[in-house]
Amino acid sequence: MAKVSKIRKSKKRSKVAGSSSKKPPVVYDDEQEEDVCGAEEDVSSEEDDGEDERKRQKLLEAIGALGGKRKHALAERSEAAVHMSEFSMTADDEADLSDLIGTIEKTPAATAQTKKHLKNLQRSKNTVECPLSKQENERIQRDVAFQKAALEVSRWQSIITQNQRAEQLVFPLNQEPSGPKPIEQVVMGWEARTPLEKEIFSLLAANKQPILDAVLTPAEEASVKAMDLEQVKIRRAERQKARALQSYYEAKARRERKIKSKKYHKVQNKAKRKEFVKQFEELVKTDPAAALEELDKMERARMQERMSLKHQNSGKWAKSKAIMAKYDEGARKAMQQQLEVNKDLTQKLVTSLSKEEEEEEEGEGNTDMLPDFVNDAEFKQDSSNPWMRGRLSEDPTEMELKDTMDVTAEGASAVTKEAEEEEGSEAEGTEEDALLREFDSRRKQRQDQESDTSAVIVNDGDDGVEEDQVTEDKVAEISDEEEEGLSEFTRMYRGIGKSLEKDAGSKDGSAELEEGLMRIRSVDDVDLLPQETPTEPQQAPTPQHQKSAEQQPSRSRKRKKGIELREVLTKETKVIKVPLAPTVTDSEEKLDQRVLIEEAFAGDDVISDFAREKRKREDEGKPKVIDLTLPGWGEWGGLGLKPSKRKRRRFRIRTEVPPPRKDQHLPSVIISEKRNSAITPHQVSSLPFPFENPAQFESSIRTPLGRTWNTERTVKKMTKPRVVTQLGAIIEPMADEQLLKGKKKVSARRRSRNTKTRTQPAK
Amino acid sequence: MIINYCIAKLNKFLASQVKRPSVRYWNEPQKEDKSRDGENTGEAAVQQDRRAKKRKQKDETSKSDPFPGSAPIPKDRLQKFKRKDKITKPPRHYRKLKQVITRSEEASDLALKQAARFDLLLPEDAGFLEGDEDEDTCTISQEDIAEAVDITSGAKYFNLKLTQFGPYRVDYSKTGRLLLLGGRRGHLACFDWQTKQLMCEINVMESISDVKWLHTDSMFAVAQKQWLYVYDSNGIELHCIRKFNDVLRMQFLPYHFLLATASATSFLQYLDVSTGKEVAAICTKTGRLDVMCQNPHNAIIHLGHSNGTVTLWSPNQKEALVKMLCHQGGVRSVAVDKMGNYMVTSGMDKKLKVFDIRALKPLTSYFLPAGASCLSLSQRGLLSAATGDVVQVYRDVWSTPVTKPYMAHRVRGSVWGLQFCPFEDVLGVGHGEGFTSMLVPGAGEPNFDGLDANPYRSAKQRQEWEVKALLEKIQPELISLDPTDLGRVDRATFEQRHQEKVQSLGFDPHAKEKFVPKFKKKGRSSAGAVERRKKQVAHVDQRVIKMFATSCRINK
Repeated sequence: MAKVSKIRKSKKRSKVAGSSSKKPPVVYDDEQEEDVCGAEEDVSSEEDDGEDERKRQKLLEAIGALGGKRKHALAERSEAAVHMSEFSMTADDEADLSDLIGTIEKTPAATAQTKKHLKNLQRSKNTVECPLSKQENERIQRDVAFQKAALEVSRWQSIITQNQRAEQLVFPLNQEPSGPKPIEQVVMGWEARTPLEKEIFSLLAANKQPILDAVLTPAEEASVKAMDLEQVKIRRAERQKARALQSYYEAKARRERKIKSKKYHKVQNKAKRKEFVKQFEELVKTDPAAALEELDKMERARMQERMSLKHQNSGKWAKSKAIMAKYDEGARKAMQQQLEVNKDLTQKLVTSLSKEEEEEEEGEGNTDMLPDFVNDAEFKQDSSNPWMRGRLSEDPTEMELKDTMDVTAEGASAVTKEAEEEEGSEAEGTEEDALLREFDSRRKQRQDQESDTSAVIVNDGDDGVEEDQVTEDKVAEISDEEEEGLSEFTRMYRGIGKSLEKDAGSKDGSAELEEGLMRIRSVDDVDLLPQETPTEPQQAPTPQHQKSAEQQPSRSRKRKKGIELREVLTKETKVIKVPLAPTVTDSEEKLDQRVLIEEAFAGDDVISDFAREKRKREDEGKPKVIDLTLPGWGEWGGLGLKPSKRKRRRFRIRTEVPPPRKDQHLPSVIISEKRNSAITPHQVSSLPFPFENPAQFESSIRTPLGRTWNTERTVKKMTKPRVVTQLGAIIEPMADEQLLKGKKKVSARRRSRNTKTRTQPAK
Repeated sequence: MIINYCIAKLNKFLASQVKRPSVRYWNEPQKEDKSRDGENTGEAAVQQDRRAKKRKQKDETSKSDPFPGSAPIPKDRLQKFKRKDKITKPPRHYRKLKQVITRSEEASDLALKQAARFDLLLPEDAGFLEGDEDEDTCTISQEDIAEAVDITSGAKYFNLKLTQFGPYRVDYSKTGRLLLLGGRRGHLACFDWQTKQLMCEINVMESISDVKWLHTDSMFAVAQKQWLYVYDSNGIELHCIRKFNDVLRMQFLPYHFLLATASATSFLQYLDVSTGKEVAAICTKTGRLDVMCQNPHNAIIHLGHSNGTVTLWSPNQKEALVKMLCHQGGVRSVAVDKMGNYMVTSGMDKKLKVFDIRALKPLTSYFLPAGASCLSLSQRGLLSAATGDVVQVYRDVWSTPVTKPYMAHRVRGSVWGLQFCPFEDVLGVGHGEGFTSMLVPGAGEPNFDGLDANPYRSAKQRQEWEVKALLEKIQPELISLDPTDLGRVDRATFEQRHQEKVQSLGFDPHAKEKFVPKFKKKGRSSAGAVERRKKQVAHVDQRVIKMFATSCRINK
């Protein structure tokens, strides 16, 4: 049994070792030999008993006696096999454990402990693995060492990234931050020295008062600790309940708010209102002061409503409804309702006496508003309105009205009258509007007249020429009577040239001039033509309004088309009144023959020239088609034969359509489409790294850094160096302390959090 | 708002000055503690109460600041210094990009706020002339103003009677201290107009069409009958530049050190006065160029032409950047405001027009009965227009429609040159009978930049400034319609860029080499070659024979 196990062991070893291949077979051979020897011996013992054996035994003994000690050893081992020689024992031939144990049991000298130990060993069947090879061993060691080192290094990772991302690094790194320290830090290091301080602190300590500014005094903390468990439980339950209730309520409110049914809300609101009224009445009985406050609130709401345009059918919704109102009963109703809301809200709550007052106030308000009405600064717009102009020029009777004061008086009376009317018929909102509009239009007319009268005066200076030098004294006079001065000055200018008169006239003159040149009229202009015909203003004020309303969309349409070139140049000009008239004409410039001619034919073909040039430029930019068809290739050629359509299509090269011109919508401007390549070497030609698109980069460099554009502090902040080293300071590698610091911080934070959680139930 | 804030701060300061023993936490009454020492039950409620009290006490002790934080900055002032809009932040996972952007945003925000805050340090404010009721400001005469104001300001109104040498062109130096007069008939004078100290006076014995100060007070350029001359402040001729002939108008671009000249031969030329080289010469092909002005915002030159157009030029482009049709007649004068927002033109059609030069759109148009021959805009946006011998000054021509001039003044002859004095409420008028210095309240910028144009600088400061200005000189290549172009990424396609490179180099660096057949002499006679040829032929022969044989077989 033992032998077999030996062989197995050796086999195993051969497997494990792998490299040491030759030894096991040798061992095997030895054993075989032994076996053979054994067998022979057995045979011989069977054949001839007694004598031979004894002889041999004797001989062996004799030989053994020669060696002394060895003899004894042999004698000892003679049990297993007869021929047990020292030569048969190899280094690999180990002693089996069982053998050893056997002997140990016999030897009384071995301790019980070792015995036990060996027994245990025997019981465990698995064999001990052989040690690894040196290389493998080293590799494993290296691996382990690397992992250790990596762990060590990775602990620094956070600090390193932090430093990498930092805006500025100041070396040496672990410096005390300069500047004021937080009070806690300073106090920590502080000790009581003077006797008074000592006394105070001893008192504090005795009374268990916090020496630092803590949240809880020690006594309080003790009380918190002393609070019994049940109490805490009760409090917690209370709080939980409150929280749950709140959440239910919130959920309910959210649900209700989402309900879209108007009827539901209406009912709800009504109920609320009723309740409110009830409450209010109760309040009046119980607590008049609170009731007054409520009233005040209502008054404020009314004020707000009066100020705002909320329920006055002027919003987007109301406008959309107004369109539908003609056909839809519901829409009408809705609008009506909104108005009612407004009425309700704006209704005054107090007695009749105050009502009268209010009426008075309103009256006053109206009178106050009057001059504002009259002084409306919209005359510019109106003068640009061709329709208005046409009508006014035809209206001779109203030309006589010059005095603005008269106008204001009239306007005032008209307004007051209308106000009265309004009060008379409150329900008719639309009528009111119409009246107001009418009034507006009238007002505008009057203002136009004023402007026109002045313009006319400028035009119609037909008296004889007076070439007087206007002295300084005269100037004052002129300012007093402006119109006279103007006429005088126009008289002076009359002699300069007829061209002046033409231009000095209103737009019509230049427009005519334009017409002669261009002979083009857009469709819109044709539309406008009939509107220029005079209409009588007093007869139908509302149609006027309609017309102006009609005109607006047409104008907007025109805008969409783009500005017409000639419209730009013949834009309405404002005549400037000059108090001093120049007596000297610029002779130098007039002398120039060419200039003189230029002026004589002012505006002759300037516009058409420009338009032509612009068109030419546009054409240049347009894509051209290159035709590369060769007649006769692959087909019949000759006179009267055209290359086929397919071929033409195939060989026609179209260049890409360029982007739209920058001056597309600017009729009087030609912008060069050439690229400014002079600046390109100074520009950034490719986007720098972290940026995704040019806009980001451009905005990041939009602020200049220089001192010319920034304050000193900004410059310093923006040009801060990334790394600052202190002169003469030794920059050492980061020490482990740095790491520990960070860890401490973290742990401290954790601890504080723990304490907080501990204290929370007490709260 | 700021004043309120300041007052609050002051009050607080004063309050803190009043001596009062500072309240400490150990000063609080300790009765409760004693009473509570024994107790344990119902502690929580009491404690809460106590804490509340403590909090209250704390509030009492630290008197709350009614205006916490830094002083607010008015929005309009922030708007004044705003440069561009912020951009939306990138998605979160682009950490680096986000970091860069947030940092730059922070910096620009700080810059903006600081600039707006420090605007407070500009102490001077501009005033305006205000008439009594029913009194037009334009009727107030110069004498009245000069009498009403203090002596030094009153002395700024004066007339120089120079009848001999004809109408005068005027130019103030950049700081507004020195005045240069150039008479049509050759009279040239420069002097400190405030102290009336004459620096030089000469007659160049030639007709003078324009005068201009160069970058310093010691040099000026004069466009004479034939050539362009440069004199120093002592009247010594420094240069005669023959490359610049028949110059009619000049403009000096102070930050580029460029002298732009417009000539009768329709050439627009740029002279770099720091290096003395001609930067660009552009033939505008539009005839005589006698109307010229510069846009101080982007250093673009505006030229007015007889066909009613105004063209915009930069030295980098041979064609006009923009061509605008402004008048029906010829353009007589052009002016651009300091911020480069508005352009005012006057033409033969006797109109005065205001354009938004950024959008290139007309804003308003006025009719001046006599037409304006000269226009000039002041630093604060007053417009002066000369109609014959009357100089009119207008306020706010672009924002509100004007019907009357703000001021008017009659001079002796027809006006030939007109310029507002920088940093002074003075308008210089050069006319046929000499020169008039007018008082125009509210014309000049009250706050000057001491590092840029300091009217009170010493000689040393001037030298310093000159060196710095030369170091900060802007290259002429950077002149473009939009001065922020430089901060833009060049988005030209590869092709475009390549074309530009080819143009600048004169050849295409990436071009494929054209195939040129080599004239190769074949060494046919070498022994090896012969052998090889034989081998080839032999092989072919074999094949041919084989093929022949097979074909014969097939035929059989």
